[in-house]
Amino acid sequence: MGSSGASGDLSGEMEVDAFRRLFPLRFYERHLLESVRPDARPLGRARDTTVALGAVATADGSAMAKIGCTTMLAAIKLEVMTPPLDSSDEGSVAIDFHMPPICSPIVRPGRPAEVAPVVSKQLSDAIISSGMINLKELSLVSGKAAWMAYLDIYCLDADGALFDAALLAAVAAFSHLQIPAVTVNDDGRVVIMSGENEEGKLLKDPVNKEKRKLTLTCIPFSLTCILHKNYILADPTAEEESVMETPVTVVLDSSSRLVSLYKPGGPVLAYMSAVQDCVALTRQRVKELQKILSDAISDMEVD
Amino acid sequence: MEVDRVDGRTRNQLRPLACSRNLLNRAHGSARWSQGDTIVLAAVYGPKAGTRKNENPEKASIEVIWKPKTGQIGKPEKEYEMILKRTLQSICLLTVYPNTTTSIIVQVVNDDGSLLPCAINAACAALVDAGIPLKHLSVAICCCLEENGTVVLDPTKLEEQKMQAFAYLVFPNSVLSVLPQGPSSVESEPLEHGIITSVTHGVMSVDDYLHCLERGRSASAKISDFLRRSLQSQLPSDRSKAA
Repeated sequence: MGSSGASGDLSGEMEVDAFRRLFPLRFYERHLLESVRPDARPLGRARDTTVALGAVATADGSAMAKIGCTTMLAAIKLEVMTPPLDSSDEGSVAIDFHMPPICSPIVRPGRPAEVAPVVSKQLSDAIISSGMINLKELSLVSGKAAWMAYLDIYCLDADGALFDAALLAAVAAFSHLQIPAVTVNDDGRVVIMSGENEEGKLLKDPVNKEKRKLTLTCIPFSLTCILHKNYILADPTAEEESVMETPVTVVLDSSSRLVSLYKPGGPVLAYMSAVQDCVALTRQRVKELQKILSDAISDMEVD
Repeated sequence: MEVDRVDGRTRNQLRPLACSRNLLNRAHGSARWSQGDTIVLAAVYGPKAGTRKNENPEKASIEVIWKPKTGQIGKPEKEYEMILKRTLQSICLLTVYPNTTTSIIVQVVNDDGSLLPCAINAACAALVDAGIPLKHLSVAICCCLEENGTVVLDPTKLEEQKMQAFAYLVFPNSVLSVLPQGPSSVESEPLEHGIITSVTHGVMSVDDYLHCLERGRSASAKISDFLRRSLQSQLPSDRSKAA
């Protein structure tokens, strides 16, 4: 470790910012020894998290989630489709995650970010396998018409823990989602939205009489931790993610069942104790996030 | 234990493993790994000079290209590429050839369940065949969880679809070394108990996951032995070729 030895000698006369750039790992390890992080958080604490519902007026359901600086905007658009034969009484959900060049210096226009399809796949796995949404609720007329929910999540600022913020935004958007009132028009099959103009003409066949919300059960929440030596850092920033390269993402649902434990490689091996510590940190975090989400929902209802 | 699986295996029984190396003439290293009807062919080219943009030039970079059996690559394949890349990065000695890129091309020959573990094993054998310096080998296994909480190892595609949840786990193999045990066994747990990669699908309880880990670990010891044996058995021919 020649470089670390040299940094030890130099550090006395070096400015903090220069030290941080030249020897990022040493810089972090010095902090970790004191059980604190450069942004003054203890190791196990996540950044301040906010959720705002209804951020996109034209969407059927939308939410903006912020974890520290990481910002995600999620919006759901509903469309009517003919359900496939094998699941004739179910709607479906299509999830896409976008990382435009605005979010990070690594993403270049024209060339999609490498992580975007991976996060997108992880999100649909977590949301669909958790069984949060009862797809039968998205059905309109069995075998004929069902809702297709297009969920798009845009990353506006990528400062670490992308999956956590994206999942939070997605869950919040689903809890804000209102299924509009629809009816079948005179031409027969075509299903049109009747919106608010129900006055005058009688609704022939109100398929969905009034606006309703989905009942969400077993909502998944996640926490990403970084493993470095024996330390576990919850909710890493982008800088921490680039310096220490072993992320572990744990997704638990509201009844504490494991939806996903995702560790894609990394130089640090996760031993049993580390796995259990990550799960324990996630349990705490799920409680925090549940409160943040229910506060956001009740704020919305007051407005 | 009673036989209760479609293909007549017990729960802990793996499908027959086969590994052959040095199949492709132009590749620097290649391997074909099969677990029952799941067959994956991996080729390694490199180290080639230079790294791609956004990669650290002070280290060797690893590039994984996933070729599905048919069709275009989609999101699942992109995810597999990323998992494979990160997993292989963690077993390679990246500081030996800085500013180089090693490409690993994974061709799926047939998918009958446990595809990603099979690909990881194939890629690992191909890296050995190419002589890329590794810290240790990696051994991958798929554990499935039935509705009633029993763990089934190395599922076929049919079983994978029926199961409530499954986990792909990658462990390091046990190191046989003449050197005294170094700092590898920190926390009083041996090296091969650490998880390199864990990917799960479906909902399970935390205890069930820990149970999967335990089963996966003991099964990975068997695959590890097989991998080591099959790598050793081909050594003499390599030596004769070099001479």
